[in-house]
Amino acid sequence: MSEPAQTERDSFARVEAGMKRRRAAERRFRFFGKCAVGLGLGFLVILFASIVGNGYSAFWQTRITLDVTIDEAIVDPAGTRDPALLRAADYGALIKQSLREMFPDVSGRRNRFALYGLVSNGANFDLRDRVLADPSLIGSKVALSVAADDDVDMLMKGHIDRGAPEADRRVKDNQLAWIDALEADGRIRSAFNLDFFSNGDSRDPELAGIRGALMGSIFTLFVTLGLSFPLAVAAAVYLEEFAPKNRWTDLIEVNINNLAAVPSIVFGLLGLAVFINFFTLPRSAPIVGGLVLTLMTLPTIIIASRAALKSVPPSIREGALGVGASPMQAVMYHVLPLALPGMLTGTIIGMAQALGETAPLLMIGMVAFIADVPAGVFDPSTALPVQIYLWADSPERAYVEKTSAAIIVLLLFLAAMNALAVLLRRRFERRW
Amino acid sequence: MNERASESDMEAQASQFMAENPERTSARRRPTEADAATYDREHRGTVGELRSEVPRMRCTRVNVRYGDKHAIRDVSLDVGKNEVLAMIGPSGCGKSTFLRCLNRMNDTVAGCRVTGEILLDGKDIMAPDVDVVPLRARVGMVFQKPNPFPKSIFENVAFGPRIHGLAQSHAELEEIVVSSLQKANLWDEVKDRLAHPGTGLSGGQQQRLCIARAIAIQPEVILMDEPCSALDPISTAKIEQLIDELRRNYSICIVTHSMQQAARVSQRTAYFHLGDLIEVGDTDRIFVKPQHQLTEDYITGRFG
Ligand SMILES: Nc1ncnc2c1ncn2[C@@H]1O[C@H](COP(=O)(O)OP(=O)(O)O)[C@@H](O)[C@H]1O
Ligand SMILES: [Mg+2]
Repeated sequence: MSEPAQTERDSFARVEAGMKRRRAAERRFRFFGKCAVGLGLGFLVILFASIVGNGYSAFWQTRITLDVTIDEAIVDPAGTRDPALLRAADYGALIKQSLREMFPDVSGRRNRFALYGLVSNGANFDLRDRVLADPSLIGSKVALSVAADDDVDMLMKGHIDRGAPEADRRVKDNQLAWIDALEADGRIRSAFNLDFFSNGDSRDPELAGIRGALMGSIFTLFVTLGLSFPLAVAAAVYLEEFAPKNRWTDLIEVNINNLAAVPSIVFGLLGLAVFINFFTLPRSAPIVGGLVLTLMTLPTIIIASRAALKSVPPSIREGALGVGASPMQAVMYHVLPLALPGMLTGTIIGMAQALGETAPLLMIGMVAFIADVPAGVFDPSTALPVQIYLWADSPERAYVEKTSAAIIVLLLFLAAMNALAVLLRRRFERRW
Repeated sequence: MNERASESDMEAQASQFMAENPERTSARRRPTEADAATYDREHRGTVGELRSEVPRMRCTRVNVRYGDKHAIRDVSLDVGKNEVLAMIGPSGCGKSTFLRCLNRMNDTVAGCRVTGEILLDGKDIMAPDVDVVPLRARVGMVFQKPNPFPKSIFENVAFGPRIHGLAQSHAELEEIVVSSLQKANLWDEVKDRLAHPGTGLSGGQQQRLCIARAIAIQPEVILMDEPCSALDPISTAKIEQLIDELRRNYSICIVTHSMQQAARVSQRTAYFHLGDLIEVGDTDRIFVKPQHQLTEDYITGRFG
């Protein structure tokens, strides 16, 4: 009689003994999990700290205030105030003149050049725009705030060591003296770098801006999204809901999965051969970039969309068919709305991939130096990641902070896109 | 009635004959009292009254195959007007499969092939030119697991009338929704929250919502596949009462695993066994005096 009780107690003791091991295993697992998460977060913090640390100064710009006398003899000798003539006038001469007036005792060609080098070439354009906007200024003296040369900017931001021997320093002793004089005069100040957001790329770092690349990326993504989302959703719905299951659809499925694993540069080559050489679309244009990235993101979105469709319970389809809905109605009214959040997630992943993609864009010429901000999908342009690559490759010290700043812009763009996706998902995800 | 014999070798012969000539079985009319419980387990023809005097649906020699699996074998059966036909049998015997033939839901199952003749009001619904969409509007379906759409209660009921264009105006649509919910005995419970999600109701309410959804399109036949299997006894009682009320206007085919339920709600009962329709008859008779040994085994609880 006592036997069963005995074994019962035995097994209970065994369970108890086992519990210790189980709890220990669980604690270990949690510990490792926390370690992994902590490690990941740590690297993320380091990454952000280094990028933001390097890049935030690019959002500030050293500006020099000049007193420029707008000499009618130089700007508009005929006195016609004809905008075409005003546009073509030699504003550089005025800037140089104002610098010479500030430092009258500078003599010699070489010294003068060093003096003129304190301000950016962009100063001419600033002055021109000012005059074009208000021709009545001609003949008067205006205070003009112009961007400093990138070397001066670097000096003011502390990236050039004043103590270094003159030969190793990009800012020479005489320039240092002038800068100090200007600073003592209150003519040097640091301002928010609007140029960075309004200019395209430039050979002058102080004038180089992100706008061209940003617009290029936006146009490219616009084309990509506009093509890949409807195509991928239609393909997924057809394959998942309507296509017969046979050898052909199996083959298509395998190929879509394989396509997702094809290196992106291959898509670039394909785009070069097909879109540019065969269809003779313009080189370096967002339209081609968008087409190539569409090819690249299609499989990603199709796979995600099919998974989303698969996760819609079959009972919903049955319910709709059971009241006499056609398969199309069942999909449109019930299945698609339920699958949409998942499809959007897949789309955002695909778009994020496309946004960060560089290699295929190199193949279709979006790596060219393009100073103009593109106005449409057929204009030559570059894209954010390519711009980052180009700047990272440039020798001037000032491009270091530009590179990091461009990365910040890229990340913010990405964050904005994700936020939009979350918002859209919230809106559609009324699963009840 | 020469198939009937008490000696077993004759019986075996007879069953073989009937398997080969099932239409012979359908020719048979109401057997006499003396027929009762004389068919042994080997006999796989259908016994009992498979025809109804006022048929709404008439199935003849229906066969269903899932690939190589022969799930329904030569089933002939009527669904009468204004009657509740219960289908019982051990699980896996093909009740759902047969039920789904009646509105061609099996079309949606890959690899499923249905042959035979199924008439709805005298018209063959298996004909290739028949459009399943209007067919399913005439033969509605309620599923085992309540499956309301993840939309509002109103939208759940309004979906069918809307896609079939049954309402000319929103007021008319509202009228249909209200009367369907009333017929489904759900109106009092949901009238204040028509805009709330249908999935937020209790299981029993959800199932009644599904019934309301099915009757909103004015079907002639309602198919129910174990509609109460996921419900508590109180909800079950409500649905059974509802089925009894609905019988006045519709023909109802209900699959159930509960023999008590079959006895409570149905006028006729069909007993399936491994893909064969074994016995059909008035519910009152079948549960008291089954003719087939397999039926008797099942309803006395010897297996199932
Ligand atoms: N989609 C399917 N594919 C293959 N076999 C199926 C499928 N659905 C049902 N079956 C088979 O058909 C037989 C009858 O199933 P079913 O009609 O669901 O039985 P019941 O509803 O009586 O429990 C079972 O043996 C089952 O395995
Ligand atoms: Mg079933």
